[in-house]
Amino acid sequence: MSDLPGALQNNPILSTWIRFEDARSLHNQLTRDQVQDPKVIVRTGKVELGQGISTAIAMIAAEELDVDISQIVVQTGRTDLGPNEFITAGSMSIEGSGAAVRAAAAEVRGLLLARAAARFERDVDTLKVSKGVITSTVGNEAISYWELLAGKQLDVAAVGGFAPRPPAAHRLVGRSATRLDLPAKITGRPAFIQDLRPENLYHARIVRPPVLTSRLAHLDRKEIESLPGVHRVVIDGTFIGIVAATETAAISAKRRADLTVIWTEPEQQPDADMTDQARVSLLVENGLPTDDPIPDLLYADVGTRVQTTYTKPFHLHGSIGPSAALAHLADGRLTIHSHTQGPSILAAALAQALALDPKTITVIHSENAGCYGHNGADDAAMDAATLAMHCPGLPIMLKWDRSDEHRWEPFSPAARLDLDATVHDGRVVCWNADIYSYSHSGRPGPMGSWSNFIAAWHRNEPIPRPPARPGRGYHSGIHRNADPYYEFAAKRITKNLLTNQAVRTSSTRSLGAFANVFAIESFMDELAHECGVTPLDFRLRHLSDPRAIAVIQAASDALNAWQPKIAARQPAGKALAFARYKNAKTYVAIGVALTVDEQTFDVCLDHAVIAADAGQIIDRDGLSNQLEGGMVQAASWTLKEAVRFDENGIPGGDWAAYPILTFPEIPTTEIILIDHPEEPCVGAGEASHGPTPAAISNAIFDAIGVRIRDIPFLPEQLRDTAIR
Amino acid sequence: MNDSHCECHVTVNDQDHILSVSQTDTLLDLLRNHLGLNSPRYGCGAEQCGACTVLVNGEPAFACTTLVCSLDAHRIETVESLGGDHPLQQAIIEYNAGQCGFCLSGIIMQSVALLRRNRDPTRDDITRALAGHLCRCGAHNRIIRAIQAAAASIRTAGAQTSV
Repeated sequence: MSDLPGALQNNPILSTWIRFEDARSLHNQLTRDQVQDPKVIVRTGKVELGQGISTAIAMIAAEELDVDISQIVVQTGRTDLGPNEFITAGSMSIEGSGAAVRAAAAEVRGLLLARAAARFERDVDTLKVSKGVITSTVGNEAISYWELLAGKQLDVAAVGGFAPRPPAAHRLVGRSATRLDLPAKITGRPAFIQDLRPENLYHARIVRPPVLTSRLAHLDRKEIESLPGVHRVVIDGTFIGIVAATETAAISAKRRADLTVIWTEPEQQPDADMTDQARVSLLVENGLPTDDPIPDLLYADVGTRVQTTYTKPFHLHGSIGPSAALAHLADGRLTIHSHTQGPSILAAALAQALALDPKTITVIHSENAGCYGHNGADDAAMDAATLAMHCPGLPIMLKWDRSDEHRWEPFSPAARLDLDATVHDGRVVCWNADIYSYSHSGRPGPMGSWSNFIAAWHRNEPIPRPPARPGRGYHSGIHRNADPYYEFAAKRITKNLLTNQAVRTSSTRSLGAFANVFAIESFMDELAHECGVTPLDFRLRHLSDPRAIAVIQAASDALNAWQPKIAARQPAGKALAFARYKNAKTYVAIGVALTVDEQTFDVCLDHAVIAADAGQIIDRDGLSNQLEGGMVQAASWTLKEAVRFDENGIPGGDWAAYPILTFPEIPTTEIILIDHPEEPCVGAGEASHGPTPAAISNAIFDAIGVRIRDIPFLPEQLRDTAIR
Repeated sequence: MNDSHCECHVTVNDQDHILSVSQTDTLLDLLRNHLGLNSPRYGCGAEQCGACTVLVNGEPAFACTTLVCSLDAHRIETVESLGGDHPLQQAIIEYNAGQCGFCLSGIIMQSVALLRRNRDPTRDDITRALAGHLCRCGAHNRIIRAIQAAAASIRTAGAQTSV
């Protein structure tokens, strides 16, 4: 039926989503205090990435089913069980999975109430449910969901027609929940993929060249294989894997191999300016790339023309836990535990790359540290699977080390944004933006004659890498939030996908929105000053959406109200930036108060305010956690981060080469959430990234009158720009 | 026994272990792979992220680079020793002070050491103590609030029972 949410249409059987189980059958998966009461199992294809999705899903299911949240067990991301929801990305989990679980749970409750009504010979309207027990309000009858099902499940397709609870009747949704996954993580119970310890476990490490264009010239396999504890050294082309009986043996053998291996010289990469590189250029209209001819730059006969360029470098996802996977080939089945964002897509991609029947592969999601996009997770799964294929019968835990992760995770692409606008009479008359960047789309997937796994590229019979192609979706990739949310008389926006793939890039939280909103919101501040208008007024006069105006006003008021406890001795500045994620999702305005050290030009973030409207709020605390985390992460990208390559194009391999924001550098934060229970709930995990760099840049200008347009805002840049 | 090995006696979470280990074996390997503990985590192997932090004779130490052979007659404490209802653990749950949670083991042990020497730490005391701990999710402010709440709870309990 058409009113079903998309994920439920794709996976219509209700028991795929919601099951009623005896706790005893689950004892392996539950903690001691959980093994009480029968449980409701809620399965989602979206996966827990540390964003708290399992908690929000549990709240929604408990709300609709009238059970306690403690009666819910959420299982995420198994390709053998549960729905296929493709990928956990783009802040779509609450919208996609949440809506499906809500509709499925409402239907399950409705079906079970109808059964109870028939059994009691009572009218459905006279029944009520509490903690999963259906009771009659007019008689003494009572029966639980579990008794009613008597061990069976609702293996029927959803048809819709059961209205979810109206927001006004919510007892859980909209409040703050305690995270269900945290207790295990802070008490030493198994919580992460590295904590999986099947019997007879083998440990593996990968030996990789310093960069993509180097190949294996020589490695003495026999020497490495003769080291103590080493079970097998697999060499296939440039793919080198070491399988050992203990983790220490695997680490020692990798060290020895790293010392003795000889790689071919990397290919020299042309060091061309981004605007001079081979590219595919497309006009972007209303958030969508088109094949329309790209018109000349817009200009106006009257007014002031302002042109500037903003840049961002390559960034790391920088997961705190390097990638890992556990693979086991046994009885003709390949089972892989992975922290991938898309278990079912990974399974299909592995089947293609390893020429296996997809039915023989199971991918089970297991958490690692936060990934923030497409990091090394999928490649580690392919590495482990490749080794498992060479070592049938052995469960193999493959771990990347820190330098593998720093050098081989796909980077967030660098970008250059040329902005050119004309202002007249305090308004933007025309707006041009030319955006140059690399692909945000390097995820694996079944793709015919191509593959996106390093191990597939490296082996003797490689599957080549697909060429870079421009994304054409609404606000996808490079052009995410390229189109300003403001009402300008005329806009001309182009995305220019640079097709050189010497540096491997892929999706990182917020994709192009980070660079695009940085440029748009910094430029808005510059144009406001050009017009002699406050940046707040300048923004508001180009907006009519009351929800946008409300978050900007709220952030502005909170920022103005904030005062440092001790008056700043250094130049201090305050400023705002705003975006609506994908021009269709969460509204966020960020205000930053900072000081700039007059001698060192160090920027100290003193305070940040985040005002956000994500429609209906499900988990209030989870929402603020995501928004604040996004702001802090984006502040780190802005102030500190750039992948730095040496003269051979080799990126640094540790945190010393890639510093990130640390505890002493974190601003205090105030978060203002505007709830709209009548509006759809939209994801917020990427919504605060875009406005953050511009708020910082604009506040630096407010403090010392210097425009910083190149990320990261290192003290050297501030000093050099100030001197100029 | 040869030169590449040592014999040593360590106490881990109040349990005594007499070990014969390689001179190059790290404390992290001992805790995770030989004693089966989950809380100390590998993040960088180079004292740059703090995820592996445990207490050695009460002082925070990087398990990833500490050699077991240097620990004869030493006392090791990990998150597992806290039991699950330590005020720091309770406060982290109450404040949802984390996202992915991977960094929390190290931060908890660093904070245990901090609260033993400073019963009422300021925000600056806490951020200085945690300067060597990386959190990539941006949960810093929540972690700081949780540590302050745990400190208050320990002070209240101390006032009642003078522990």
